[in-house]
Amino acid sequence: MKSTFNYIAEIFKAIWSLLTGMKVTAKYFFTPWNNVTQQYPENRDTLVMFDRFRGEVIMPHDEKNEHKCTGCGICEINCPNGSIEIISKSIVNEEGKKKRIIDQHIYHLAMCTFCNLCIKSCPSDAIVMGQNFEHAYWDRVSMTKVLNRPGSKIMEGVKE
Amino acid sequence: MAEIIEKLITTDEIKTDEYLVNMGPQHPSTHGVLRLLVKLEGEIVHNVEPHIGYIHSGIEKMSEALSYPQIIHLTDRMDYLSAHMNNEAVCLCIEDALQVQVPERVKYIRTIIDELQRLASHQLWWCASGMDLGALTAFFYGLRDREDILDIFEETCGARLTLNYSVPGGVMFDIHPNFQAKVKAFIKKFRKILPEYDKLLTGNIIFQNRTKGVGILSKEDAIAYGVTGPTGRASGFSCDVRKHHPYSAYPYIKFDEKVGTDGDCFMRWKLRMDEMRESLNIIEQLIDNIPEGDYALKMKGVIKLPEGEFYQRVETARGEFGVYIVSDGKKNPYRVKYRSPGFSNLFAINHIAKKWKIADLVAIMATFDLVIPDIDR
Repeated sequence: MKSTFNYIAEIFKAIWSLLTGMKVTAKYFFTPWNNVTQQYPENRDTLVMFDRFRGEVIMPHDEKNEHKCTGCGICEINCPNGSIEIISKSIVNEEGKKKRIIDQHIYHLAMCTFCNLCIKSCPSDAIVMGQNFEHAYWDRVSMTKVLNRPGSKIMEGVKE
Repeated sequence: MAEIIEKLITTDEIKTDEYLVNMGPQHPSTHGVLRLLVKLEGEIVHNVEPHIGYIHSGIEKMSEALSYPQIIHLTDRMDYLSAHMNNEAVCLCIEDALQVQVPERVKYIRTIIDELQRLASHQLWWCASGMDLGALTAFFYGLRDREDILDIFEETCGARLTLNYSVPGGVMFDIHPNFQAKVKAFIKKFRKILPEYDKLLTGNIIFQNRTKGVGILSKEDAIAYGVTGPTGRASGFSCDVRKHHPYSAYPYIKFDEKVGTDGDCFMRWKLRMDEMRESLNIIEQLIDNIPEGDYALKMKGVIKLPEGEFYQRVETARGEFGVYIVSDGKKNPYRVKYRSPGFSNLFAINHIAKKWKIADLVAIMATFDLVIPDIDR
């Protein structure tokens, strides 16, 4: 008799445990304003990433098309994956002295692991991490970027 | 249960030929590219042979060509759910070799991020193993709550998964001004959500029948196989590195090491749920007391370790993680070896999955919490 009672009690306990779980799901079913899903491609215009978010390496230019990069190559040495290549050229300045300046700061986005070591090591804060995270391209060539804009030159007063 | 199965196997009526089945490399419950060669008789598992190496990436060999700060970002990619603990292990090893003392503030920040990472990892384990055992709702709830931690990481560390937040001598950035408020809000919210987790799965009768008494790992076997972390502790093996060899801010705080008794799937489940509560306690003790000071030491441009061998271990979400560096005094290490918890834990599966059904093998794998890049490295 007792075992039969226990058996039936077990069944009711089992059903109760299922109902307790269902209560949780029902709570969220009837309170859909608690949902957290972002409507991603639609909210592109309003989507703001955190300012430390590491999306890609960029080189900020001011309105006079000037940047802070001296072409020292420290970021190239510190990069673990070889994503940064620096090509420099020599010019003769007004005083007639030979000077090495940056020709192209090449950034291979496809090889980058976004570890932030280049930005941390840059002595003149010439490169920063950008917030753009949409890195889908149709071909590999467009993933190799030249960070300094054409015709740009180094800002005055940056220590070399 | 085991006797009944034993009896059934020896009865001639149901005896069938043994056959081999590949579980994986692409199987939803292997959580990655793990191939298990399972020897079956009917539904009953006779042997499980793990074939690993599908995503071997040669991180140890690659490290020999990189400088010390560059090694750290590779450890993110081993056990990606405990990325910060792995980072910290390498940093502690380098700091120990250089004989430098990091500021107190760094220790506190590292420990808080450690525990947040453990919470995030256990949340993902909770939802993924719920999914393995047939509860898809759990998967969405777990990921929803994990998002809060990932937002905190994104704001302070700059990345969601591959943090690369620890650097030799400190951390990469100071904590974000919103950090403390956000963590406190998260703790408050998550304390309310944890009972919901229990209601949804832990008390569920179907779930209990599938896990209670299944896949028992004894304490002796856990020690013999080197099973550490929550999996080992569920068998009664007290192996918490945070308690026995404290590092960072762990010596300053009070917390319990959760040790189980049964060693079955349900115990492993319950122990991780308890660990989540304990992690919340640890963060609460630290979050208001972060001392002022520098967030990093000024290190030399090129870090050179003195000649010798250095070892450091930390507790990740999966178990004991060890870093062994052999240095010959140059800027690159001579040899780096990682002792990863997943590798040791995986090979105990063959021992405990024998004589259980193939569906129980899924339950065992779910509660072992395997991360495949951690095994293959």
